[in-house]
Amino acid sequence: MLAYRAGVPLRAGNFLADVMYVAAALPERRHVLNACVDRYRFTVAFAASLVANKVSLLPSTHTPEVIRQLTQFAPDVFCLTDDARCQIDLPRVRFPELAAAANAPPPWPPVEIEKNRLAAYVFTSGSTGTPLPHQKTWGRLVNCVRIEAQRLGLLDGRSHTLVGTVPPQHMYGFESTVLLALQSGSAFSAGRPFYPADISSELAAVPAPRMLVSTPVHLRTLLGSDVVLPELELVLSATAPLSQNLAREVEEHYATRLLEIYGSTETGQIATRRTAQTVEWRLFDGVRLFAQGESAFAEGGHVEQRTSMCDVLQITAADRFLLHGRLSDLVNIAGKRSSLAYLNHQLNAIPGVVDGAFFVREPEEASSSGVTRVAAVVVAPGLSAAELGEALRRRIDPVFMPRPLLFVDCLPRNDTGKLPHDSLRALAAAAMKRT
Amino acid sequence: MSDKASPLRQPAPPADNAALQREVAGLIVAALNLDVAAADIDVQAPLYGDGLGLDSIDILEIALVVSKQYGIQLRADSEENEQIFRSLAYLADYIAAHRTK
Repeated sequence: MLAYRAGVPLRAGNFLADVMYVAAALPERRHVLNACVDRYRFTVAFAASLVANKVSLLPSTHTPEVIRQLTQFAPDVFCLTDDARCQIDLPRVRFPELAAAANAPPPWPPVEIEKNRLAAYVFTSGSTGTPLPHQKTWGRLVNCVRIEAQRLGLLDGRSHTLVGTVPPQHMYGFESTVLLALQSGSAFSAGRPFYPADISSELAAVPAPRMLVSTPVHLRTLLGSDVVLPELELVLSATAPLSQNLAREVEEHYATRLLEIYGSTETGQIATRRTAQTVEWRLFDGVRLFAQGESAFAEGGHVEQRTSMCDVLQITAADRFLLHGRLSDLVNIAGKRSSLAYLNHQLNAIPGVVDGAFFVREPEEASSSGVTRVAAVVVAPGLSAAELGEALRRRIDPVFMPRPLLFVDCLPRNDTGKLPHDSLRALAAAAMKRT
Repeated sequence: MSDKASPLRQPAPPADNAALQREVAGLIVAALNLDVAAADIDVQAPLYGDGLGLDSIDILEIALVVSKQYGIQLRADSEENEQIFRSLAYLADYIAAHRTK
């Protein structure tokens, strides 16, 4: 079995037939923005793109500004969508009805994809306001999730079922639901449950052994609700570090095992830990870390090229390390990563904005959920808060919308034009008191 | 957003929901630590996007508060789900109709 949709099983044979059918229906363009919401359709679309020698673009968000930047990177990009209400401003192709393909025989022999085939580009926010593309070749993606499958214990002869609360377009969801299932003989559930009650029913609709692929935000909400889950063999968490307390609570409450994944958009996942038992991360086979000044670099294994990690890492053994938080300019909210430099660039590019700067609010002052938020101060005498909010929403992902957005007369820049952190925070504190 | 009729839509919020609206507004402001006063939230403005500007993390947070306070487990696959967060008025109406405590 390859997938379940609303409890209905979809076999590998159906999948291959669907892939060939969709591949034949794709336009002559090379770059695909795969916006399919349904995880099965996303997977068919991804595989069909691969078979048709197309490259999938996987940006972390689909705001109008990001879409505009995508067209500069790849002018021939088209959007493949399964949502009639999709408003992405690209040539749109509707994901075809698959009823016809269901009766077609699966292709034989199966299509071979060579290891060095370029499968996807993922993007990180550059410091200049232009997203940076990173190549993902098929062979390395496969190597990565095969190690993951082994690490998670999925290769024990039983077929597991994966239920994900994360979208397939996000690097974590892409690896740990879509690719992981394809490469470990597991199946995934096509839905993307959101509320605790949805997670429970999605899990109940698929056979055991079950694995929940989720995030600290969802796990915290799940524990806080009274929702009962069916037997759960394994829980996977990524996108933000999980506290040891929360990890232990999850393990005890659901009588399960929780593994945490560490990685980045550029490298994909590179380490795991059983958070309830240890704070130390264990690297994937073949991946090495080395320190250089403040930075840590990853290379080897499935990592495409030597990559600077955006976190403060302390290497404790050849294959172990501790994570001490993010480097100062970076912001990670619910698995979406950006930099203050990128956000500042977007803010200052809005007509009418004279000056403006984002800053990070610590979790305890931002919200009870423990989620980090950003705020901003702005000098924009001719703009209303509503106008500025609307302009900003077209440019940045909703999770980075400043909360609050404070209007001030000028920013406390020093002689060199820099904004000392303390002055910025003092200004923000004063502005917040006024409102 | 289309203005189609729905079972949840009511010409004017019943008087006894006004108190509930204020109560829910207070819960949202407290749970999300928003920089607005509960009384200042427009009961007809969307909670997502252009109105109060909440995102999906906030919606999960509100769902948790709603389940604890009123004994309602929200479901994304229920027909009403898209309507619930259309405004504070819709959310309060939904809670009034489904609360178990």
